[in-house]
Amino acid sequence: MQQTRSVEIGTGLFALLGMSALFFLTTQTTGGDRFSADDTYEVEAWFDNVGSLKSRAPVAMSGVTIGRVTSVTFDAQRLQAKVVFEIDSKYGAIPDDSDASILTSGLLGSQYIGLQAGGSEDNLEDGSEIFFVQDAIVLENLIGKFLVSSGSGDDE
Amino acid sequence: MRSIFRDIYNNIFEFVQTFGAFQLFFLRLVRHAPRMLVRRPGLIIKQVYNAGALSLVIIMVCGFFVGGVLALQGYANLARFNAEDSVGTVVALALIKELGPVITALLFAGRAGTALSSEIGLMKATDQLSAMEMMAVNPVRRVLVPRFVGGVISMPLLVAVFTCIGLFGANVVAVYLLSVDVGAFWQQMQLSVDIKDIQEGVFKSIVFGIVASLLAVWEGYNTIPTAEGVGRATTRTVVITAIAVLILDFMITAVML
Repeated sequence: MQQTRSVEIGTGLFALLGMSALFFLTTQTTGGDRFSADDTYEVEAWFDNVGSLKSRAPVAMSGVTIGRVTSVTFDAQRLQAKVVFEIDSKYGAIPDDSDASILTSGLLGSQYIGLQAGGSEDNLEDGSEIFFVQDAIVLENLIGKFLVSSGSGDDE
Repeated sequence: MRSIFRDIYNNIFEFVQTFGAFQLFFLRLVRHAPRMLVRRPGLIIKQVYNAGALSLVIIMVCGFFVGGVLALQGYANLARFNAEDSVGTVVALALIKELGPVITALLFAGRAGTALSSEIGLMKATDQLSAMEMMAVNPVRRVLVPRFVGGVISMPLLVAVFTCIGLFGANVVAVYLLSVDVGAFWQQMQLSVDIKDIQEGVFKSIVFGIVASLLAVWEGYNTIPTAEGVGRATTRTVVITAIAVLILDFMITAVML
């Protein structure tokens, strides 16, 4: 009897330890930039080039995450990339002439959308579109432009 | 010349037959498992204790040092690119997706699988299984199913413990030995580890748990009932489990990536 009890206690401790380990893994090692809000509104923006922006990328304003990209798709009619992202309803008072740019966190980090406040009286609401956008900076294009411009500079 | 072909033919035939018998055996265990879980949970708890709780020490010690060595190696190589802060990412992804499930499965085969197959093999060699049948007790249900289910339950828990201790070991080595910033270590990890990675690790651990326990029970049940046979069954358990786990790991990774 005593022995079955110790076996049961040992098994129980083992199971608890294993489950808490699993819990630790799922909560502590994942999702540093996890954004969760109960109430959100969706905004869309059209880009010529989204770089390596992916869905679930953060949307930040003044460096603070206020939302997350829900989808990045290519529209065959407009020949542009359509980015839909959701913003926490807490931040409802964002002017509708704000501009969205695709930025990179760090030199080689992941890409995110940075919003810069505009001056309009009206605010962004569910389904509205951001018209002022700035594409992702592609390093190769940048280097290409630099080479071309420095080359033409030498000729003159 | 003809006898060679016949040998090859016989070998292939035998392999296919064994493989089929193995699958039927698996189905038999699975069929009895739910009823045993409800009716005799005590038996299964005892096996979880044997296979899982008693394996904790080896799992934790190995996990700590595997995590530590990953941190050392990761740091040494990442330092070339001035990316020492990413050591957390490297260690976490390697442990969660690959090394946690695989090394735990190999250790499990060595620690618990051998115990299972030699125990069952010795039961067979000493006619205990036949005695049960004489008493109208189904040895598959009474002996094999609790051991199989116990192993299957233990494995994911052991993998989770191994991975956590590994991360802890990596944290100790990286932060205290190599003076990586502790905030950077965890933040870089959290930025790049996705819930999908953990799902992949858990899925692998469940598959490996089934495979390792099943092979151990199978080898024990099919032991040649002699002293030598028990020894051979124990060896075969470790060898076949190691091969099966590594091949399956490759296949699962290829499918899931």
